[in-house]
Amino acid sequence: MMSARKIISKAYLWMILAILYAPIIFIAVFSFTKAKSLGNWTGFTFDLYTSLFTGANPASASLLEALQSTLIIALVASVVSTALGTLAAIGIYNLHGRRKATIEFLNNIPLLNPDIITGVSLFLLFVFLHVSKGYVTVILAHITFCTPYVVLNVLPKLAQLNPNIYEAALDLGATPMQALRKVLIPQLRPGMFSGFVLAFTMSLDDFAVTYFTAGSAGLQTLSTYIYADARKGGLTPELKPLMTIIFLLILVVLAVVNVKAFKKNKNKNKENR
Amino acid sequence: MNPNEIIINIEHLSKSFNGKKVLDDINLYVKRGEFITLLGPSGCGKTTLLRQIAGFLQPDEGVITMDGKDISQVPPHKRKLNTVFQRYALFPHLDVYDNVAFGLKLAKVPEDEIAARVKKYLKLVSMSDYEDRDVNTLSGGQQQRIAIARALVNQPSVLLLDEPLSALDLKMRKDMQIELKEMHQKLGITFIYVTHDQEEALTLSDTVVVMNEGRIQQIGTPTDIYNEPRNEFVADFIGESNILNATMLCDRKVSFIGHDFDCVDEGFGENAPVDVVVRPEDIYIMKNLNGAQFTGTVKSCIFKGVHYEMFVNTDSGNELMIQDYNAFEVGSTVGMLIRPEDIQVMRKACTCNVFDGVMTSDETVEVFGVELECGAREGLSKGDEVSVEFDFDKVELLDNKEDGAEHGFVSFILYKGDRYHLTVTTDGGYKILVDTNEVWDKLDLVGISIRPEDLRISRTGKEE
Repeated sequence: MMSARKIISKAYLWMILAILYAPIIFIAVFSFTKAKSLGNWTGFTFDLYTSLFTGANPASASLLEALQSTLIIALVASVVSTALGTLAAIGIYNLHGRRKATIEFLNNIPLLNPDIITGVSLFLLFVFLHVSKGYVTVILAHITFCTPYVVLNVLPKLAQLNPNIYEAALDLGATPMQALRKVLIPQLRPGMFSGFVLAFTMSLDDFAVTYFTAGSAGLQTLSTYIYADARKGGLTPELKPLMTIIFLLILVVLAVVNVKAFKKNKNKNKENR
Repeated sequence: MNPNEIIINIEHLSKSFNGKKVLDDINLYVKRGEFITLLGPSGCGKTTLLRQIAGFLQPDEGVITMDGKDISQVPPHKRKLNTVFQRYALFPHLDVYDNVAFGLKLAKVPEDEIAARVKKYLKLVSMSDYEDRDVNTLSGGQQQRIAIARALVNQPSVLLLDEPLSALDLKMRKDMQIELKEMHQKLGITFIYVTHDQEEALTLSDTVVVMNEGRIQQIGTPTDIYNEPRNEFVADFIGESNILNATMLCDRKVSFIGHDFDCVDEGFGENAPVDVVVRPEDIYIMKNLNGAQFTGTVKSCIFKGVHYEMFVNTDSGNELMIQDYNAFEVGSTVGMLIRPEDIQVMRKACTCNVFDGVMTSDETVEVFGVELECGAREGLSKGDEVSVEFDFDKVELLDNKEDGAEHGFVSFILYKGDRYHLTVTTDGGYKILVDTNEVWDKLDLVGISIRPEDLRISRTGKEE
């Protein structure tokens, strides 16, 4: 027999989970029906999925275009910020005392700074420099706010490193570049990867910064598209299947990463025995 | 000496970190094929010196030459020497084979030769069957062997070793010492070895370089260093010793602990204050008081395995440490004898504290960075440059570091048989020597106080 206390705590847990996931499940369920207005079930169909990918509806064509821009921007921004962030982290790690603390503090400011301020200030900067807004400005802006996340993910890996490892590589005849490539980078790879993933997701769902730096030439990402769409009145119905797919993709990626980490831990425990 | 015999030569090398001198005018040559050890307590600069030879640090001043060529500005990857690091520094993402092959691959050595050489050097360090192992699964000792193979496989002309055995347990350390010595003899290359373990240094080395506070204290063979320490630091750091205040009466005659002894040292002058070092195993102790040079009472007697270690209070009130195969009863009266050749006489570095100072008023003098009361002095007035002297035993140390005219920490302690001889380093970096009967610990923070009448002040500046 479960005690009342246990029942209550279980119920509480399931309630929280339900509240968290209900909206997503709601969208997923209604992605399989064709009704225009949300909450209206008119029978099971894959129609929305087909029209999303065939672009039958002109709205869904521009939705796909926005998705494509979003992915390109996220990919370029996260790759570049991973490279920049890793080099910056190595630089910061080799500083000492006050200077190190100062740079680390400066690195943390963009993380805490409200997006809207980052967005507006970048907007003003680009206007001031007469940079025509579009892909370039959005990608530059995304690199700006993604890089600190990479730095934050790589720094702990550096701290775990045997400080002599880089010197050992030099000692064995590696040039500083070779030592970086053959010894440091392989050691930092897990931190770089988690930094990359974080940067990618931050870029993926950014709205405020993109909104201010995308310009009026028609560049839309998912978030700005949905915003514009919602203002026009009523969301494009194809959004529902797209959201469902994105959610499932993320779920699969998370599951794979977790299973991998679990297996690795298990192996390690075995070796230690 | 034939210049070809010297492989590494270091001249006037200095290095500072944040304004603090860690190496001060180091001069040292290393002979081809020798096993040389840099020995000293932590913070003495030995690792800094090694890192400059390896090229990880640039000297502030001075040059390092290797085979006659200046390498001071050559980056580490272009130097023909390899290093074994204290904490192994193996590459965790590579297996044993790839770790050892790392340098050869960079040097673009043909694959089959790499394989042959890796095999050969893994065999040298007795790790033949470990080629495919992940380095993270190896024990500390095994990792250190791989690190040694990884360095030696490049066939450097000099191998640098930075406390390579300090992370291993005692038994393993002893085994590795023997293996390292054998490797050195077999390969014939020069080893430069850094350690803080004096026993390790004496066991392994052809030449020992004793360092302290950024300076070389003594260079010599292990027997020289042990039997003829040049100063009290070396005598105290290497082995156990009795260091005593003494007076050199004349050549071959020295007086300490209230008795006159024959010795073998000459050239110190007559009635010169000196220090003598007597090793505890060099004092003969016996029940028979007749043939003895002096007598004393046994205070304590502890069994140490091979010998007994005894503390004996002499008739003159000094305490001596004595090691002997026989135990003597605590409280019994014993006779003691020291042979002339077992007495090592050292010149005293100084006999009192001497500092330059300036009169800041008629009754105060500024010396070692602080203002001291000195009372009115005839013929001295404000602005005069002076020399200030005071005796070791006239310095009072205070528990509370805020008391006293200046404060500092105890940086070196020497027991001299009847008193402690301390070095106190002040906040301004000045060293004040103190004789005291009170017990202080190293790194204790102390206040320093000197009575005005104990200051001897004389004018050094030019007459106006």
